[in-house]
Amino acid sequence: MISVGARAATGRRRGKRREPKPIQVQFRTIVSPHQLNSRWGRRIYWLVLVSVIVLFTLAFVFPLYWMITGAMKTPDEIAEMPPTLVPKDPTLGNFFEAWDLFDIGTLLKNTAFYAFGAWLFSMAVDVAAAYALSKLRPMFGTVILGAMLATLMIPPMVILIPLYVTIVDLGLLNNPWGLWFPAAANGFNIFLLKRFFDSIPRELIEAAQIDGAGPLRTLWSVVLPVSRPILGVTSIFTIVTAFKDFVLPLLVMTDSEKMTISVGLSQTAGAVTQNQVMGGLVIASIPMIIVFFVFQRHIMAGLTAGSIKG
Amino acid sequence: MGILRRNLTAYGFLCAALFCFAVFAWYPMVREFVLSFQKTDLINPPEWVGLDNFKAAVADPAFGEAWLNTVEFTVLALLCGYAVPFVVALVLNELRHARAYLRFVVYLPVMLPPIVAVLLFRWFYDPGPGLFNQVLDFFHLPTLAWLDSSSTALISLVLVSTWMNMGSATLIYLAALQNIPPELYEAAELDGAGILKRVRHVTIPQTKLILLLMLMLQIVATMQVFIEPYMLTGGGPENATVSVAYLMYQFAFSQMNYGQAGALGMMLMLALLVFAAFQLRTTREDQA
Repeated sequence: MISVGARAATGRRRGKRREPKPIQVQFRTIVSPHQLNSRWGRRIYWLVLVSVIVLFTLAFVFPLYWMITGAMKTPDEIAEMPPTLVPKDPTLGNFFEAWDLFDIGTLLKNTAFYAFGAWLFSMAVDVAAAYALSKLRPMFGTVILGAMLATLMIPPMVILIPLYVTIVDLGLLNNPWGLWFPAAANGFNIFLLKRFFDSIPRELIEAAQIDGAGPLRTLWSVVLPVSRPILGVTSIFTIVTAFKDFVLPLLVMTDSEKMTISVGLSQTAGAVTQNQVMGGLVIASIPMIIVFFVFQRHIMAGLTAGSIKG
Repeated sequence: MGILRRNLTAYGFLCAALFCFAVFAWYPMVREFVLSFQKTDLINPPEWVGLDNFKAAVADPAFGEAWLNTVEFTVLALLCGYAVPFVVALVLNELRHARAYLRFVVYLPVMLPPIVAVLLFRWFYDPGPGLFNQVLDFFHLPTLAWLDSSSTALISLVLVSTWMNMGSATLIYLAALQNIPPELYEAAELDGAGILKRVRHVTIPQTKLILLLMLMLQIVATMQVFIEPYMLTGGGPENATVSVAYLMYQFAFSQMNYGQAGALGMMLMLALLVFAAFQLRTTREDQA
């Protein structure tokens, strides 16, 4: 019914033209449905839509396409000017070469181990802390929470040097605990978890206590099962952050046997050919891209869950 | 349960977190302060030197340049990484098709490890067969030296940084835009406000808190820029891309002068604390 005016306008010019399909509007935004479905509105809409899709694909997908095809080119072809859009003679050999040259097997295994450990340890520590602060309410609880949140104000680069010095003093260089302990001191996780635990009704907890459940049992069989959404979000973010981290692993995991994938790539990239570098980059990106495909919804939801009220 | 018992249980649950925070967050903050007044190379016992570290840091030939570059980088990154995502989010919010695809694609680079984005762009910036110069050449435009010239190096770093980070800002803005009550737009329209006026009088006031919060977050984040100069330019050419964080790294790990690095870190912290405090206030207002 909105497009009546538009239909009349087009109908007058071309009698037989099929009536334009109105653009569906579920909720209104800046442009009103009426404007959107007017003749010019529709034209502009489709023009903008197509250009945004083309632009986004060029800006965000094409570089990845270039990376993957670059890894499939021969050393001669990759240095060619002008470059070829499609590899003439695509080969998977570079991936295998990159795998050996960078020792990606070891690097990926290390990174997965550090990320998994960081997740396991920081979830255990942060969930317990958030539970204590939210449900057991100890003395000075608010002071402790405040001090934990205050660490969010300190830019990570600023305490990098003293953190490194502390890790050296404790003898944790080239020890995974040098990454796991700092990962667990995550004020943001505790904040998110505590806020979620706060919203769990008291009655639920009290019912468990009347049934004779101790605090640990209550946490395990009442609080955790209902907190799955927030546990999912914090888990994904902890793992992704650990996987992507660069500076701290660069300083702490210096043995080539113990490096993470990011650090390993950065150290060796200068010594191998361009197509092998690209092969390494593609392999390094695959785990996170898979995570993104699988947990897309959670990641998008988690992004807005934190500091910002819905 | 008695008060004592309840507190004991609570602190039992808290002890692991308290240990991690104490040793790996709170203590390093104090350590930073102490470190900045000491001369230490982690081998010989540290020695108190008063303000010498600060003096030496300020006297370093790259000191002024590093601050200028960092501020310049932040301003450019805000233009690209703060304003552009907002416009992008505004447009995306109007589109009714391909939303899932566009959201997915814009966030894709955020998922990549930063090293992947940086090394990929290093290849794009290659003055010879690099993609960017080839594209410019294809359109018969003059090619650029990208990372090799002091006039383009900094903006090249901003481009990578924007490419890999703008996804999260866009999605956060998008979520904020979707929470604006549609009645406001209807009312504005009835009052005769055109599209631009609706943006100015409805969209921006409604998203003001998030805009402010993101501004603070982004300033604090970009002022710490490290991996881009570290991997792409090594601070060059002629110190054109030395950032404060990169200089700090140099002090510590090239000159083994942790105290001087700590002094520079203290200065960076003081500079950022203002923004961080603003950010905290904005978050509180937002929560309330």
